[in-house]
Amino acid sequence: MAPSNVEHLLRDLAPQVLGAVARRHEDFAAAEDAVQEALIAAAEQWPEQGIPANPRGWLYHVAVRRLTDHIRSEISRRRREDTVASEVWAEWAFVPPPEGEVDVQQDDTLVLLFMCCHPALTPSSSIALTLRAVGGLTTAEIARAFLVPEATMAQRISRAKQSIRESGIPFRMPTDEERAERLSAVLHILYLIFNEGYASSGGADLVRTDLSNEAIRLTRMLHTLLPDDGEVAGLLALMVLTDARRAARTGPSGELIPLDEQDRSLWDQRLIAEGVALISDTLSKGSIGVYQLQAAIAAVHDEAARSEDTDWPQILALYDVLRGLQDNPMIALNHAIAAAMVHGPPTGLELLEALDGDPRIRGHYRLDAVRAHLHEMAGDHDRALAHYRAAATRTTSIPERNYLTTKAARLRERYRPPDAAERER
Amino acid sequence: MRYMLMMHAPRGTGDYQVSEWSPADLKAHIEFMHRLNKDLAASGEMVSGEGLAGPGEAKLVRAGKNGVPMTDGPFPEAKEFLAGFWIVDVEHADRAYAIAARISAAPGPGGTPLNMPVEVRQVMSAPPTDG
Repeated sequence: MAPSNVEHLLRDLAPQVLGAVARRHEDFAAAEDAVQEALIAAAEQWPEQGIPANPRGWLYHVAVRRLTDHIRSEISRRRREDTVASEVWAEWAFVPPPEGEVDVQQDDTLVLLFMCCHPALTPSSSIALTLRAVGGLTTAEIARAFLVPEATMAQRISRAKQSIRESGIPFRMPTDEERAERLSAVLHILYLIFNEGYASSGGADLVRTDLSNEAIRLTRMLHTLLPDDGEVAGLLALMVLTDARRAARTGPSGELIPLDEQDRSLWDQRLIAEGVALISDTLSKGSIGVYQLQAAIAAVHDEAARSEDTDWPQILALYDVLRGLQDNPMIALNHAIAAAMVHGPPTGLELLEALDGDPRIRGHYRLDAVRAHLHEMAGDHDRALAHYRAAATRTTSIPERNYLTTKAARLRERYRPPDAAERER
Repeated sequence: MRYMLMMHAPRGTGDYQVSEWSPADLKAHIEFMHRLNKDLAASGEMVSGEGLAGPGEAKLVRAGKNGVPMTDGPFPEAKEFLAGFWIVDVEHADRAYAIAARISAAPGPGGTPLNMPVEVRQVMSAPPTDG
């Protein structure tokens, strides 16, 4: 079997096996290490020796054996230090592993996700831990995706596991009261992983493909586990509808191409169809939520064959609802753009003024970028130029900076007499 | 041997001289940098490289009383600023100088090489093995 097929199988099995091991052994951190070792052993052996008849059982037993070895050596270490403590450990260390098929519970993966995205962890810890424990990625792979050294990522993961241990988070489903809040934490982390891949905030590469793909894979898995949850479906729809435009989003030198200038023939129609079907289905059930609304907006964009065919009144109506649901300055910013497209730039600019007083977005380059865009639409080129420049100075993304600087340069070239431009040199 | 190449860009009248360039000149410059990074990655010499945010936000920090950060800056009078750096792994210093010269000659207005100063510093390595 090809190594890539083995890899896919292993990544699918990883959360199931970890769930089964973590349910039996209370030490999540040790269980996670043991499963990771089993996965590495399988990745080395299976491509050459073939996939065992019961791959899940194989992984489970290898992991339990590793865990037992680890506990045995821990016991002998402790026995030297403290005889009493070792007896407590011994009690569950030598429970014989079950024979045959592993007791896989559907909810294990879900419990794992809830655990890795626990609000007690920082977002960066949750992201790393989710990718490793649920995604089955190695520390080296995660480090590469985040452009940090492997030792840095290993430390981040180990601290995340330490936090889980210290806060005593049990391996079980959240209670009914906690559930909505905990699920929204999970969705937020998956969304952050997707965004990290799609619009990486640092570095020169605009799209770190692997992280977007991984976020989609995990959200798809979550959607299989919770098919009736509107927001899970909404997030999945939002991801695929956004990802559908990936090929059109950057040019040959990595430059950013905005939505209205993209070559729409490069959009992935299969993903668009999937996203539209997902979002139509959940909206038809009367469900509503921030991810579903954002997905609905993405769907309206994706369904326009040309930029000028975009149904802006529809987008504006969706942003109106979204704004009522969530107080978020980025949403307010996009709402202002939609309002400008429907009612003209002065309406949009007026809405932006309200945002100047919001400390969450004041001084953010996106506020300048949108203002520049609306002034350009209104034909006020001097103001547009000033705001494009301010936005270029403030952004921390090189492709964004290149894009904004180029926008300013084009404006200057178009609207200034050539001799004036010549004198500036 | 690893070297750090630090590119000092001209500041111009504002935060960036580049904000005065024509679209075509900008495009040529961006493509030049893109090509350079691709070549360094393909030759296996690139260890890392980063572009830095504008000098308008740059601060100098010193510890004050009880370690409280004391910030100073930004410094609008500076003519040049550190715009980005590369760490390359090469066989000889000469190769690091050659890469630095290529960076220095990045195209500016009208395609004329900028001839920016690029500081080349060797990165310290592990102690030699015994025996």
